[in-house]
Amino acid sequence: MSTFLGLPGLRRRSADGGAASDGAPAASAAEPWGPVPHPDEPLRWGESFPAAAKHTLKNDQLRKNLGHATATIRAKRAAVVGEVPDWEALRDAGSALKERVMAELPELLAQLEENVTARGGVVHWARDAAEANRIVTEIAQAKGADEVVKVKSMATQEIGLNEHLADEGIAAIETDLAELIVQLADDMPSHILVPAIHRNRAEIRDIFLARMGDAPPDLSDVPRELAMAARAHLRRKFLSAKVAVSGANFGVADTGTLAVVESEGNGRMCLTLPETLVTVMGIEKLIPTYTDLEVFLQLLPRSSTGERMNPYTSLWTGVTPGDGPQEFHLVLLDNGRTDVLADEVGRAALHCIRCSACLNVCPVYERVGGHAYGSVYPGPIGAILTPQLTAASGGVSGADDVNASLPYASTLCGACYDVCPVKIDIPSILVDLRAREVDADRGKHKVDPWRAAMKAASWVMSDGGRFGLAGRAATLGHRLGGRDGVISKAPPPVSAWTRERDLPAPPDETFRQWWASREEDER
Amino acid sequence: MSAREDVLNQVRAALGGSGVGTTAAGRVGTAPAAVAVPRAYRAAGEHGPGSAQVLTQLVDRLVDYKAHVRQVPADDLPTAIGEILADAGSVVVPPGLDDAWLGATGDAVVVHRDDPGAPLSALDLDAIGAVLTAARVSCSETGTIVLDGEPDQGRRAISLVPDVHVCVVLADQVVETIPEAVRVLAAHPERPQTWISGPSATSDIELDRVEGVHGPRTLHVVLVT
Repeated sequence: MSTFLGLPGLRRRSADGGAASDGAPAASAAEPWGPVPHPDEPLRWGESFPAAAKHTLKNDQLRKNLGHATATIRAKRAAVVGEVPDWEALRDAGSALKERVMAELPELLAQLEENVTARGGVVHWARDAAEANRIVTEIAQAKGADEVVKVKSMATQEIGLNEHLADEGIAAIETDLAELIVQLADDMPSHILVPAIHRNRAEIRDIFLARMGDAPPDLSDVPRELAMAARAHLRRKFLSAKVAVSGANFGVADTGTLAVVESEGNGRMCLTLPETLVTVMGIEKLIPTYTDLEVFLQLLPRSSTGERMNPYTSLWTGVTPGDGPQEFHLVLLDNGRTDVLADEVGRAALHCIRCSACLNVCPVYERVGGHAYGSVYPGPIGAILTPQLTAASGGVSGADDVNASLPYASTLCGACYDVCPVKIDIPSILVDLRAREVDADRGKHKVDPWRAAMKAASWVMSDGGRFGLAGRAATLGHRLGGRDGVISKAPPPVSAWTRERDLPAPPDETFRQWWASREEDER
Repeated sequence: MSAREDVLNQVRAALGGSGVGTTAAGRVGTAPAAVAVPRAYRAAGEHGPGSAQVLTQLVDRLVDYKAHVRQVPADDLPTAIGEILADAGSVVVPPGLDDAWLGATGDAVVVHRDDPGAPLSALDLDAIGAVLTAARVSCSETGTIVLDGEPDQGRRAISLVPDVHVCVVLADQVVETIPEAVRVLAAHPERPQTWISGPSATSDIELDRVEGVHGPRTLHVVLVT
């Protein structure tokens, strides 16, 4: 492609695993947004969390955009959750239902398959990303399609479907506004629900003007005008698309019904107008019965967009003659989920309904942004899901695996658990994964300062006399403190700690010394 | 082994099954305990279907979503529809829509009745100004109207492509809570459903809500009381 026609460019992988976007202009000072390297592994990008966070923390604009957006959504969520008198009862039901799904997963999957098939759908199974990508590609090729329209879907992000289709000469057109922004900027998503949350309105206007091709030249940065530009840009695509690809928010085992929850109507367009629909769904997205929707369709919208109900929810069961796609394929995706399921503690991460409430309340996410997590699943849920999904390739236990650092991307404040609509105990899973990482790391280093320090501490603390002596020795550190009682620069090896933090200086006497002198005074 | 068998075996292994191998990471998990689902949430609201409180709440929610709402007695329904459609130019209606509803719609409005035998194409629908449908059930607490594709509502495409959706809701179809609505719909879960809560909208730019994106940008609800 030599002329940029306003269609998302087909991506060509470069040798180092990054990608270049054909037709899209190269990054320049005027276009600070891209192109961003696209990883071969959507669940494992580049640097470890601490290294990536160091870079993103320097981006003031990003922090400003995120701070504004997360504060807005937190307030909206709190207001609409507060007006539901039985919210906690709904959370209890949602949590137990998902636990039941995991316990009965083989039976429920078979039931879903049977019901979808009975209604004229075709069910495919995919062990991993490559297999799922191949299935979707073959369906699109069989239909002779050189482009497909897409509904926002985390599952297809996770398997890198768009990049794979591009390699096969099929353009995947993202139709969700935020996904479109990310795709046009050749960027990576930074949030589960609002992938372009790191962009403000002025940046979005600039992206549209530079990359959309048919954006009005006098486009302003008023959100309504930007949304109208996206509507005009995608309208023809919707009306002529032959194949659509979606994810699913819920798959109902006892009826074979699939559900997609959305706002803009791009989902309805994709699910209704094309002749062929392919839905890629993680195997954990099941719910047991149709009536269980009454729980999740209350929990999800209020937790995610902070609305009483999202504008549109589509439910379909196989193929309905004369209404919507007459060919329906459901791809059931494992891609590491069974490894998560095998973990007694960590399996609760599979209860996630992708609302993103935990991202919006997380003090760490709010400051570092989604890209620092190096996965399409950022934030607290990503910190427990990404390592586990990549467990087979070292995501939890690999000493040098960047994903093994993700469970440390948290202050363990617990806000994520409080807002989780299905009560996933994220902090406990984080601690469990940290322990696993430490266990795996043990003995891998010849000289391990951490282990040596712990061993020394154990020797000191196992004896009252030794502990008292050590305490007295520590008061020497008092002299390192400044006038404010804070050590901001300690000698090695403590300097590793004080490089990014202040350390309160020890007092000039220990509690034991004070207690002993007090008893002497009383005598 | 097929992918189906492989995936199901790995699920079984993850749940502690024996003789089915391990997961990809070489694990065999533990069997989870049986789970009882507590259902202490409200199965129904305080007010009955079609009660004054429920209708007031539905109107409040719809207006909050920037939908246009009119409340009319049954006799005035055709007049209300005629007024709303006056400037639409053309309207598409589902095959089973009550003819009387169009009794006061002027000749200036071209009426297309969607014919399952010769359905209008997406491009045809795009050239039509409005769509008029009935609904199956509505939930006041969330301001949600559900269409289930029956002949008085039509296939999903007709209520999607035209830019104005005029939806007629009968008072006794309005329930207070989502569980009540789901129980109505559970009689025919196989029908394709569209749950509508206001006109299409997006919050993708700085999480500011903007009404009117790809779906109908204008939603008129005529509540028949």
